[in-house]
Amino acid sequence: MIPAENIIPLFVAVPLAGAFLMPILGKKIKGVPDILGSVLTLTLFALSIFSVKLVNDYGTLVYAVGGWKPPIGIAMVMDGMTSFMLVTVNLMAFAIAVFSINYMEKFTSKWKFYCLFLLMLAGMNGVVISGDMFNLFVFLEIASVASYALVAYGTEKHELEAAFKYAIMSSVGSLFVLLGIVFLYGYTSTLNMADMAQVLAQKGGADIVIMTTVLFLMGFGLKAALVPFHAWLPDAHPSAPAPISAMLSGVLIKSLGVYAICRIFFNVLGFTPEVSNILLFLGALSMVIGVFLAIGQWDFKRLLAYHSISQIGYVILGIGLGTPLGILGGLFHLFNHSVFKSLLFLNSGAVEYSTDTRDLKEMGGLIQKMPVTGTTSLFASMAIAGIPPFNGFWSKLIIIIACVQAGRYGYAFWAVVASVLTLASFMKVMKYAFFDKLKEKWAGIREVPLFMKISMATLALVCLAGGILAYGKIDEMFLSKAADTLLEGVKYAAVVFKEIG
Amino acid sequence: MIVYLLTLALFCVGIYCVVRKRNVIKLIIGVIIIEYAVNLFFILTAYRVEGRAPIFSKTQDVANMVDPLPHALVLTAIVIGLATTALLVGIAMRIYEKYGTFDITKIRELRG
Repeated sequence: MIPAENIIPLFVAVPLAGAFLMPILGKKIKGVPDILGSVLTLTLFALSIFSVKLVNDYGTLVYAVGGWKPPIGIAMVMDGMTSFMLVTVNLMAFAIAVFSINYMEKFTSKWKFYCLFLLMLAGMNGVVISGDMFNLFVFLEIASVASYALVAYGTEKHELEAAFKYAIMSSVGSLFVLLGIVFLYGYTSTLNMADMAQVLAQKGGADIVIMTTVLFLMGFGLKAALVPFHAWLPDAHPSAPAPISAMLSGVLIKSLGVYAICRIFFNVLGFTPEVSNILLFLGALSMVIGVFLAIGQWDFKRLLAYHSISQIGYVILGIGLGTPLGILGGLFHLFNHSVFKSLLFLNSGAVEYSTDTRDLKEMGGLIQKMPVTGTTSLFASMAIAGIPPFNGFWSKLIIIIACVQAGRYGYAFWAVVASVLTLASFMKVMKYAFFDKLKEKWAGIREVPLFMKISMATLALVCLAGGILAYGKIDEMFLSKAADTLLEGVKYAAVVFKEIG
Repeated sequence: MIVYLLTLALFCVGIYCVVRKRNVIKLIIGVIIIEYAVNLFFILTAYRVEGRAPIFSKTQDVANMVDPLPHALVLTAIVIGLATTALLVGIAMRIYEKYGTFDITKIRELRG
């Protein structure tokens, strides 16, 4: 019997191998990129579901890279939070790979797209499973560099401008993260997260912890597009091809930004009331400013990008509360947001595929001609606006209840306001794009091809049934496990060291 | 102490360059300067007073070795920086082809 922890490196190895094989095979043989991309992401999704079971059976798993025992060697750690993020990332990656089969036909050389896509996936999975600070930085950069190239994929004027802006801001953000890691290494003389948490607990939090907190908030806040650092997102996300917009908004900002913030502030540095207040404030600010900026937009994808800022605000607000219910709600919203925001970006891609426009004023009545796109978009809009029984309702409800329980009535109020404004702006989208009268020039358009429909329909079903995740046994196995990992705080170190033995 | 302050000065020069300059190429150079400042600082954390080269042998004392780990890590960071820089320069070339200028005040079709 193979030890259970041997599954962990596969999450990086499989997409990296795919990215390597893609240029070799895909360049010559037509059809290989599609099959390879979909099969690999499906494999990863299946593995990630299996990892949830493993974590439930065995508890935290630690893999020592190259057989060198941590904390000297590099560790890869799999616990509740990790398997939760892996399921989120790989589910989206699979849906998006299926969608790309048809959508990417209009670009030349598909293999380049899939190669970068798999590299980005390897980077994101790597960030999530890494138990080592510097390794986290390396994977973060792999994912970021692949995403700069993907934003510029169309090589038109706007794409290049957006990609340049994104690349400059994001590289400066990464350097702040690196500087934070340098400070921590200089203080603790170790890079292993668990060891670092232990040394910090023994030596006591000095000024250095405050310094690194600021640096990490800047760096990871920029990756997560929290409000003072959000300027790149509304340019970069709409400029990428639709599947990549879905990937960036759906999972990249979460695995690089929110996950890293959670892991470092809860499990390594220790969660203090000051950090909680900062996160709550930044979360509420993103939530409100994002939705206000979104309401005035007429470009379909740009509107969705601003909503990403707003919804990330909800996630950070929930996690920043630091109470068990708040963290549960934040993580639940993280999963839900990646489902419905990916779906909405795929919808915008489908509309662009058929009509070649992103301007809401030019659309109208498209649901008559494109029933699947229209219906799935309606599902996703209701989910993001928080209408029961869709998944977005349950997670927003949990976050608001958690705010009230913690006595933060002001934040609960703003969460409700932002939710109402979200509803208003999606009523606008639905009215202008899908309902209303069909314009004459769209009389000849057709519904999108089969694979795009399958992908959108799958995500719509997850939107509808997503509420079940917070219920009973499934909640215990999946969401609560992730929340428990964060709640145990710096005891994380003891858990990991027990596993190393 | 003066070395650390000089590294800080280099870092600030880089930040100033990224924030204030209006030329695409100068922005890229700003990012590179920040990166070098961080790398230098990383190397400085490895330094020990009166330290010797980290080569293990039976006749030498381990105590006064400099820390070898940051050197290995900085190599990785430099390679990552190279990838980022190459991509940035590639994008800058394409921008020049499309817009005919390196001035970012003239390259601003996206806003709002």
